[in-house]
Amino acid sequence: MERHVRRLLTVITEASLERSLVSDLKEFGARGYTITDARGQGHRGKRALEWEHSGNIRLEVICDAALADRLAAHLRERYYDHYAMILFVQDVEVLRPEKF
Amino acid sequence: MLAIDPVVLFFVLGVAAGLARAELRLPAAIYDFVSAILLLSIGLKGGMQLATQPVGNLLGDVALVLLLGVLLPLVAFPVLRFAGRLPRADAASLAAHYGSVSVGTFAVAISYATRQGIPYEEYMPLFVVLLEVPAILVGILLARGVSRTTRWGPLAHELFLGKSIVLLLGGLAIGWAAGPAGLEPIAPLFFDLFKGVLALFLLEMGLIASAQLAGALRHGLFLVAFGLVAPLAFSVVGIGFGVLMGLSPGGVMLLAVLAASASYIAAPAAMRTAVPEANPAISLTASLAITFPFNILVGIPLYHRLTELLLNG
Repeated sequence: MERHVRRLLTVITEASLERSLVSDLKEFGARGYTITDARGQGHRGKRALEWEHSGNIRLEVICDAALADRLAAHLRERYYDHYAMILFVQDVEVLRPEKF
Repeated sequence: MLAIDPVVLFFVLGVAAGLARAELRLPAAIYDFVSAILLLSIGLKGGMQLATQPVGNLLGDVALVLLLGVLLPLVAFPVLRFAGRLPRADAASLAAHYGSVSVGTFAVAISYATRQGIPYEEYMPLFVVLLEVPAILVGILLARGVSRTTRWGPLAHELFLGKSIVLLLGGLAIGWAAGPAGLEPIAPLFFDLFKGVLALFLLEMGLIASAQLAGALRHGLFLVAFGLVAPLAFSVVGIGFGVLMGLSPGGVMLLAVLAASASYIAAPAAMRTAVPEANPAISLTASLAITFPFNILVGIPLYHRLTELLLNG
């Protein structure tokens, strides 16, 4: 079975950014994404989902390398200064490249 | 009869359990459900009474309440900026939180009024809706002026389509359309269970407040002092507006509670979007860990006394 390499961009950030991030993704042309609720602790303190917007989300996007780079640069530029955000990119293998 | 409203004891239980790190947490979905019932109950109750009220008579009151919402953050901002030496963004964000309102506090005040047999204008929930947004807008303007970089579209969405506005306004509209007789079939859920639901809500609020308490002192004594003094000062402003509007003593007291309360749902969400450079922990700590407990434990009975004193004096 043939496998194709794509990039998986993972963003862990404040739940209050969800709407804004989703609109960024659409704007940049991502074909799909997955969001899950998340909890954790970092240098901006504990984010334990105790309060309406106090939790984190984990956003995952599988796309090609160029889009992953553009998205990462945009997120860094727009959100890193004022929001709790962790972002990383890794290679993943997919079976249906046309989907991503 | 116990002097303190039992629903308030649920809050105390929540705080104590939280501080003791007890294994207690309401699932997030239950919290959402309970707060939705509270908002709808309050809205429905208000709407039911609006049906019997000629709308024209209310226009003056509406204008005054909006003015109150604009005035409070304008008073708070210079105090925070110059006496508290807070950065501009933080001062503006706190001012927005304190100018806006807490529906939870209002619910406890209604429970207090009912228990004490104090009559009030039943359409007061309309004022809750009116007071929620103006202070947040003023806070954003104080933080950034009329900036081109503010994205008003998403912000308006956040402000006017937030959970509390939609459910309160929706409840008001349904209550107004259905009237008391029409609401009878759903009264068992929304009116008869009100106090029980409020108790559950306050239990969760106690747990949340206790989690924030740890941070209260970290932000300095000024913040603690502000969280205690601002509601007192604002309650007096609220009493003044209530008298101007010619409300009954019960109505004046509720307006004092609204002026004294600080937002912890709508304002934090909106400020995070509009003024991201403001530290959200400062505002949330002050409003949730200091002002909310103060208002429900001490403030409400105190504003009641204060209203009696000022109205009879």
